[in-house]
Amino acid sequence: MPAVKSLDDLKRLKEEALEKRKAKATAATAQVTVAMGTCGIAAGARETMRAILDTIEADNLSGVMVKQTGCMGLCEMEPIIQVEIGEAPKVTYGKVSAEMAKRIMKEHVAGGHIVSELVIPTK
Amino acid sequence: MRELALHLLDIAENSVAANAKTVKIAVEEDPKKDWLKMSVEDDGRGMDEDLVARVTDPFVTSRTTRKVGLGIPLLKAAAEACNGYLRINSAPGRGTRLEAEFQRSHIDRMPLGDLAGTVLSLLIAWPQIHWMFRYRANGTEFTFDDEPIKDELGDVSLTEPSILGYIRETLQEGVGSVQTSSF
Repeated sequence: MPAVKSLDDLKRLKEEALEKRKAKATAATAQVTVAMGTCGIAAGARETMRAILDTIEADNLSGVMVKQTGCMGLCEMEPIIQVEIGEAPKVTYGKVSAEMAKRIMKEHVAGGHIVSELVIPTK
Repeated sequence: MRELALHLLDIAENSVAANAKTVKIAVEEDPKKDWLKMSVEDDGRGMDEDLVARVTDPFVTSRTTRKVGLGIPLLKAAAEACNGYLRINSAPGRGTRLEAEFQRSHIDRMPLGDLAGTVLSLLIAWPQIHWMFRYRANGTEFTFDDEPIKDELGDVSLTEPSILGYIRETLQEGVGSVQTSSF
């Protein structure tokens, strides 16, 4: 069997996360949703997802929920992601490469500024 | 699709859509016998005989927003182009098992790609599902079950940066250890 990280390691990380949560009373929750239909996956949505997760890790962004959805009927705009912060309306981004996902995570999710040139206008 | 791992991700999304509670993903390679097999097995709603028979047809889908589903036909075509096959066993209420086999050395066989990335994406995005993953090659095996991790975490999110790092490293090291020890 390969040497796998132990559950004790995980336990320690969990305790640290709980400590951190106690220290930080209430942060606005952010939710990032990646479209992962066949069209999205073929267009690179997994790399987009990876970039989102890597940025959470690298920039130590707590309290970000990452979800998936299926095809949204806009296959030509894939990979598509949606960002929802607190009570603010959902923002939909199209043709989100790994590089752009990283930028959206830094500027919008962490910084609170919508990356307007990548937004898909919605009704 | 450029990687078999991307096909696995796509097929596993069907299991999610079928309301599966547990999804098992397995990949096995045998360079000597020259095959590569992968399977996705779920306990979702399953399909009747008629739908199974037609599901590899690019003009069948269970989705109602659009009428064309391409995931399974794409994988079937890829497997058959490499002297392989795609097989589906399913029954209503009993779940679905999809298996695809490839001639491993076939010139048209896609690379396996980022298996760890595929599993990571699935378990982060669908934490309510129990994910099990097994990767075996030449007698070396890596198995991953997300349940002990989620039991330990309780209500601590899988996307907490340090937790995410733990899971990503576990998957990458596990997949990597099979690949380096086997080939």
